[in-house]
Amino acid sequence: MVPLSWYLIFAAALFSIGLFGVLSRRNAVAILLGIELMLNSVNINLAAFWRYGKDVTVMTGQVFAIIVFAVAAAEVAVGLALVISVYRRRNTVVADEINMMKW
Amino acid sequence: MTGEQITFLAVALFTLGSGFMVVTSGNLVHAALWLVSTLFGVAVTYAVLDASFLAVVQVVVYIGAIAILFIFAVMLTRKDMRDQGPQMNKNWWFGALLAVLTFAGLFFLLQGWDGMSRTAAVYPSNFDAVSELGNALTSPAGYVLPFEVASVLLVAALVGAVYVAFNRK
Repeated sequence: MVPLSWYLIFAAALFSIGLFGVLSRRNAVAILLGIELMLNSVNINLAAFWRYGKDVTVMTGQVFAIIVFAVAAAEVAVGLALVISVYRRRNTVVADEINMMKW
Repeated sequence: MTGEQITFLAVALFTLGSGFMVVTSGNLVHAALWLVSTLFGVAVTYAVLDASFLAVVQVVVYIGAIAILFIFAVMLTRKDMRDQGPQMNKNWWFGALLAVLTFAGLFFLLQGWDGMSRTAAVYPSNFDAVSELGNALTSPAGYVLPFEVASVLLVAALVGAVYVAFNRK
């Protein structure tokens, strides 16, 4: 049987990889890819806590994971729409060059 | 080492390796395809955790919709980034340091928690997790309100996305 710690450390590693992608990529689409990795690692944690909890018939962890799915879909739809809109106006997807709202 | 542990380690290494390729790959189309393989590894992790519905939803929603949306966005915004200098910004080492520190901090925090070595209870043989999940999502005693709020959020976000990305000439 796999202990709970393996899942938690796996999810922490995936979260850190996503964090690195968000902090260091220049392309706005690549930053959104990093955010997807972070959301997935959180979902692994929720599913693992559901399975390793005291009562497996309490579905709270899976319900929470499904709501995170919905929020991730909403986030990626709005984020990519913003990237495409900026690309139309400024012809760039580099995060440093998107400075129209910078005072 | 039991078979389950070997399966888990293989899946975890595959997922982490593809995740690393997502954040380091120079070509964004390749990064999006590596994301597909990472998401598939996470779906296998759900299957190992007996969360069968989450595994199917992961394949259908994440791989089938979100990853394809990413590939479309890459193709729509394609001015080959490789010609315009590096993929990483000049503070990439700071991001790497922060990511390593986050992992180390989480690792040490988890080391001190006594539930870490917990093993799962035996999965009940006559327990239907999918119908139980359906009941939990739709019964007023369960989570019907957060479920409806999430659906309203999704509709609002999709309408907003269409409005933002609409091409007004």
